[in-house]
Amino acid sequence: MSNNGQSKWLARHIAALPRSGIRDFFELVNEMDDVISLGVGEPDFPTPWGIREATIYALEKGHTNYTSNLGLLRLREVACDYVAANFGIRYHAAAECIITVGVSEALDLILRAILNPGDEVVYHEPCYVSYAPSIQMAHAVPVPVQTVESAAFALEPDKLEKAITKKTKAILLNFPNNPTGANLSFEQKKQVAQIAVQHDLLVITDEIYAELTWGEACQSIAAFPGMRERTIFLHGMSKAYAMTGFRIGYACGPPELIEAMMKIHQYSMLCASIVAQEAAIEALRNGRADMEAMKEEYYQRRNVIVKRLNDMGLHCTPPEGAFYVYPNITCTGRSSAEFAHDLLREHKVAVVPGVAFSSAGEGFIRCSYATSMKNIEEAMARLAKFIAK
Amino acid sequence: MKEKILNLLKKDARLSASEIADRLATDVATVTAIIGECEKVKTIYGYCALINEEAFDKPPVRALIEVSVQPERDDGFDNIARKISKFTQVSDVMLVSGNYDLQLIIIGDSLQDIAGFVSSKLAPMDGVTSTRTHFMLKKYKECGFTAEDGEDYDRLSVTP
Repeated sequence: MSNNGQSKWLARHIAALPRSGIRDFFELVNEMDDVISLGVGEPDFPTPWGIREATIYALEKGHTNYTSNLGLLRLREVACDYVAANFGIRYHAAAECIITVGVSEALDLILRAILNPGDEVVYHEPCYVSYAPSIQMAHAVPVPVQTVESAAFALEPDKLEKAITKKTKAILLNFPNNPTGANLSFEQKKQVAQIAVQHDLLVITDEIYAELTWGEACQSIAAFPGMRERTIFLHGMSKAYAMTGFRIGYACGPPELIEAMMKIHQYSMLCASIVAQEAAIEALRNGRADMEAMKEEYYQRRNVIVKRLNDMGLHCTPPEGAFYVYPNITCTGRSSAEFAHDLLREHKVAVVPGVAFSSAGEGFIRCSYATSMKNIEEAMARLAKFIAK
Repeated sequence: MKEKILNLLKKDARLSASEIADRLATDVATVTAIIGECEKVKTIYGYCALINEEAFDKPPVRALIEVSVQPERDDGFDNIARKISKFTQVSDVMLVSGNYDLQLIIIGDSLQDIAGFVSSKLAPMDGVTSTRTHFMLKKYKECGFTAEDGEDYDRLSVTP
């Protein structure tokens, strides 16, 4: 890259960003036909028809203009009602909520809004691939805390506390977690909240998988004592309502932080698509039954895939949420990348190597069960053959 | 657990007890016992497949029939509804609210076959005051399923 003369234009912190580990593998999968993919991080269901129909109606009515930078007030109101009913915390729609282009944008906005060069953000790995790069793009320092299989991939408070320094500004959480499917119990959230209060840190909580919780659902960390004023709650429509392509997320939090996020959003994105915002209103008002039906299907697939994996000898902690399992493959003697490549070449099943989600992800693969039961059964049969060889 | 099993069977009656047990994270014996009990008390009163009858050499003819009846003092609509149900030509019988009382689905070999049944068997029955026959031209959806292929769309094969 340095030879072609173009890299001299690049900002140093962007040039230093590593390529996403998932991209090379993605290219390989795309070159092959008839692959059963357990590598997809989005629902296999199309968006429920009622939501799509409302989107078409919005277009027919000519809703094709810009919206307020914060998003349609009607959407912010239903989103805040939804958060109050499901997460135990009431936000003010006019001042404490902003509609974004997916949770990804919301995360970028809050990081850019709060971070000065050299600030540190503590987050847990394995995690979604954008966290460390997003922190780096905001000129700050990502500080990972590893979650481990023996603790069911939950964030251990003592490890979190050890990672905190004078430069730490925020803790970034994602539970239920992509890729492990882990969740935090009430007690664990309480302890993390206490640490945040004690060290005067902001908490950014990405709860995009919150509806897809298999254990006991509990309130958001934002609802714990002392947390409302120091938490940015991130949520969106993509996963539970099968609306990934609509790109609608939202952030709720203290007015000063929402205002700062709005400034960046205003000058970079202007607003999220109005048609997608109309779709989100319909989903939050009338989409619950469709969402619950999809959730029940994910739950049954989760039970099947966990059983098949454990039966074939790949230890798999039953996930508490999201639509991923994260089995341990160390007994096969392969690295996670070798495992994924060999499985793809020999049996045409795509899974994602654990190293894509963490420097310490060796020994694990991520399998998404956001695919049909038929595909899961076939993929598990092929995987069992692969293991037995 | 019982309702979850019943809901699964409603969507796919061919699921084995073992498949149901895996999906609901329970054991086969529990599933078998619950299904057995449901069959015994007629909570489950039959299993059938949804068939696109256009594939048959001689597709049957179906008619939806609206029937108005005179309810009986002691039995209301039940006695006459049961009598109508006994005819093998009658596939479905429902008591409904609105302008008529019973809604039937009749299956026959031909239009004449059904017309003959209505005029010689159904309409003359004691208690039946009027009938209105609608022949089915095309079926789009049944029991939550469509005969046409589902929506096909391209997802990326791997996403983070």
